[in-house]
Amino acid sequence: MRYLPHTDDEIHEMLAVVGRKSLDELFCSVPDACRYEGTMGLPAPMDEWQLTDHVGRLAEAMQVNHTYNVLIGAGSYHHNIPETIRTVMSRSEFLTAYTPYQPEMAQGTLQGIYEYQTLTTRLLGMDVANASIYDGASALAEGLLMGLRVAKKKARVVVSSAVHPHYREVARAYLEPTCYEMVELPVGPDGRTDLSGLAAIGDVAAVAIQSPNFFGVVEDLEALGKEIHAAGALFITSFTEPLAYGLLKNPGTCGADIVCGEGQSFGLPRSFGGPGLGMFACRDEFVRNMPGRLVGQTKDLDGKRGFVLTLSTREQHIRREKATSNICSNQGICTLIAAMYMSSLGGSGLAELARLNYSKAEYFKAQLRAKGAKIVFESPTFNEFVVEFKEDFQPAYERLLKMKIVAGLELGKYYPEHKGRYLFCVTETAAKEIIDAVAGEVKP
Amino acid sequence: MSTTNVPGVNGIVQNEPLLWEKGKKGRRGMCVPASDVPEVAFPAELQGKGIDFPDLSEVDVVRHYTRLSQWNYGVDTGMYPLGSCTMKYNPKINEKVATTPALAAAHPMLADALMQGNLQIMCELQEYLATITGLPGVSVQPAAGAHGELVGMLIFAAYHKSRNSKRTKILIPDTAHGTNPASAALCGYKPVPIKSGHNGILTVESIAAVMDEETAGIMITNPNTLGLFETNIREIAEIVHAKGGLVYGDGANLNAVMGIINARKCGIDVMHLNLHKTFSTPHGGGGPGAGPVCVTEELTQYLPAPRAEKVGDKYQLDYGGPESVGRVHAFHGNFAVLLRAYSYIRTMGADNLKKASQLAVLNAAYIKEKLKGTLPLAYNRPCMHECVFSDALLQEDKISTLDVAKRLIDCGYHPPTIYFPLVVHGAIMIEPTETECKDDIDQFIEVMKMIVREAKENPELLRQAPQRAKVRRLDETMAARHPCLCG
Repeated sequence: MRYLPHTDDEIHEMLAVVGRKSLDELFCSVPDACRYEGTMGLPAPMDEWQLTDHVGRLAEAMQVNHTYNVLIGAGSYHHNIPETIRTVMSRSEFLTAYTPYQPEMAQGTLQGIYEYQTLTTRLLGMDVANASIYDGASALAEGLLMGLRVAKKKARVVVSSAVHPHYREVARAYLEPTCYEMVELPVGPDGRTDLSGLAAIGDVAAVAIQSPNFFGVVEDLEALGKEIHAAGALFITSFTEPLAYGLLKNPGTCGADIVCGEGQSFGLPRSFGGPGLGMFACRDEFVRNMPGRLVGQTKDLDGKRGFVLTLSTREQHIRREKATSNICSNQGICTLIAAMYMSSLGGSGLAELARLNYSKAEYFKAQLRAKGAKIVFESPTFNEFVVEFKEDFQPAYERLLKMKIVAGLELGKYYPEHKGRYLFCVTETAAKEIIDAVAGEVKP
Repeated sequence: MSTTNVPGVNGIVQNEPLLWEKGKKGRRGMCVPASDVPEVAFPAELQGKGIDFPDLSEVDVVRHYTRLSQWNYGVDTGMYPLGSCTMKYNPKINEKVATTPALAAAHPMLADALMQGNLQIMCELQEYLATITGLPGVSVQPAAGAHGELVGMLIFAAYHKSRNSKRTKILIPDTAHGTNPASAALCGYKPVPIKSGHNGILTVESIAAVMDEETAGIMITNPNTLGLFETNIREIAEIVHAKGGLVYGDGANLNAVMGIINARKCGIDVMHLNLHKTFSTPHGGGGPGAGPVCVTEELTQYLPAPRAEKVGDKYQLDYGGPESVGRVHAFHGNFAVLLRAYSYIRTMGADNLKKASQLAVLNAAYIKEKLKGTLPLAYNRPCMHECVFSDALLQEDKISTLDVAKRLIDCGYHPPTIYFPLVVHGAIMIEPTETECKDDIDQFIEVMKMIVREAKENPELLRQAPQRAKVRRLDETMAARHPCLCG
């Protein structure tokens, strides 16, 4: 086996040194009753070429593959990824390094994360960002737990039902064994969160709003933030599409206390939903309650700038059960990819790309409206929106699938009240002809 | 002469400023496609003022990250004997598999029929991990080892709740992984620390003395963080089960025992695996990893949902029942990491996986034997995949474990794990893994011996180390006292 370098002679030499007669004898401390009986029932090993063929067959089994135009976002977006990212970020000095516990030989990773943290604070308009956590969903769950820690002695968190349904499921799973309760707020006819019920809930530590929300609708974060703060709660914002902040006011500008979302749009392929990038930021005063790793700037013995993991007294390996979270990793290479993407676009590129996404979606809306379809929510949207068709859209969906277009996500499974309505997404990757083809299949 | 304004530091290693210290307004590092639709104005009242990112050219960006990469050390650079981290070689073919266009472009919310290839991979990987552990129920959703631990504790909580059994405590040995107490605390359990016995392993009596019906169970790392097999695990599991508790097996050290032990037969009910350790997926400087959770038949209903299953000749997602702890990841976990592990298992097969464990243990036992006259062993018992030394001898020369670690950097090695486990003073925890050959291990042993000699003969060499890295020792106290977390 090419990954196992030992020759038989070397094995015998080494066994002689350790005083064992066989490899089996190395395991003399394992009781018989614990042992694996027989050989593990796994498929026979494949060589590189057999494996390539096998994976090729699995790829063929994907009816919807990379040659399709998938007009679905819903937390996983198709954006162009420059070749520079694949080439440079597959460098094994980045890829095959561990957590930077020995900073002198990990300055590449550490400076890279520090830059990611900085660009993230600028993007979100916040004071401090951590080195990332698993994904947007766990970021929301951690954000809510952090809100409860900051608020102290309050028992409830409130989440808009326009937050991604999966994110709410994850938050519920995290909160289930705790003594805390999660309450959901309804969505108004304009597709925006309806806060009118907030006052009646009481004992609320924090309120979480996603913008753009699951329906693609841009929430009026500034107004919501004022109301939430007036109610004495912390204002948490979530997001699934960070590109939107190239155009929208960012959460910090709107008064957010904690911001948590998904960064997959920034240079990561959809990859069936993972790995993503849990972006997490907060205001300065809450930093010691923040979960996750942080990289800080410092100096070496010669006074030269360098970077280290810091404020680890919040973390599990020092604080044990009193830690701010059990998380003891970050998304490593994904943070570097996102920072490389952000710096490749630059400020002006981010704005231009965001405007292009917005304009494509507006063009798509106009084409659909012209065919008599209804855009369900009239509020501004970013690159996603909900459509109601006059007739059952399923036959058109099937026809479009044959044209290698996946025309939106039917919402009934996630929101029974929106059964038969479709959530569409268009990014810079959807050509006008594709949009026209979808509109062309809609029966007026 | 100062080198501040000279690009070369040490031969070909280059200085490089922060991203926003370079570039010029108006540069662009990637294409934005030309618009083929009319531009529409965005409502002004919702519009931001623009984001202050640096503007860089493609060359600026590529050079920046290439230079950064050269300040890093990875498994491909050299030996990385970081205890408990299993820094084995990451096969290159796995990277190619993970970036297969049809698989990597997949959207996670399509109908089952449209994504059969990916569902098949998930389903088969679940089966393989079940086979390897002996625990038949598997969820591949957890995104990291600590995430898997959290899922394990959610399962403990759901199981006890279903039996109307209110439990508030959990047993955690001092040789367990450092994350365990925080994972248990997230589920409201108060950790009860258990001292390991004089020979570094748990005694049956220590568990019998504290296990009661208010205790949810035990979290046990086996082999433990001293690299020792917990020989009494079955008896311990029996005691815990007799009081209605469950046994959590932290599988971070599975690389020692593939094909050697059956977790089910050890009495383990729930176990997480670290695919980024045992199954060779790259660590990426901290992530992403994957921490699948394996459980007994009886606990399968509590696993996170959805999971992949095969019905007839089709694959589909099973969304579970009301007993499931629910969803812990937005989608299907870190699928690209799962793909790499799948590729590794298909490349290795059963015999090579077992051989990997045998050779990982052989390498560690060999280092232990060769170095035990040079450094004091924490426990002189048969070790598994890692061996742990103390700083007892170094202290005589007023040299710390940290000094030895930093000197190793100057010698071209990543140091072992240091100061962990906490039960060993100044611990030096060495895990060579199976992918290091005898020549390289012999060389490492010689270098360790040399450094211990230097500790007596030229201690300043250790105290001033590293002197040949990109930076010298960094002031971590200043970083924590005056946090500078963004530029």
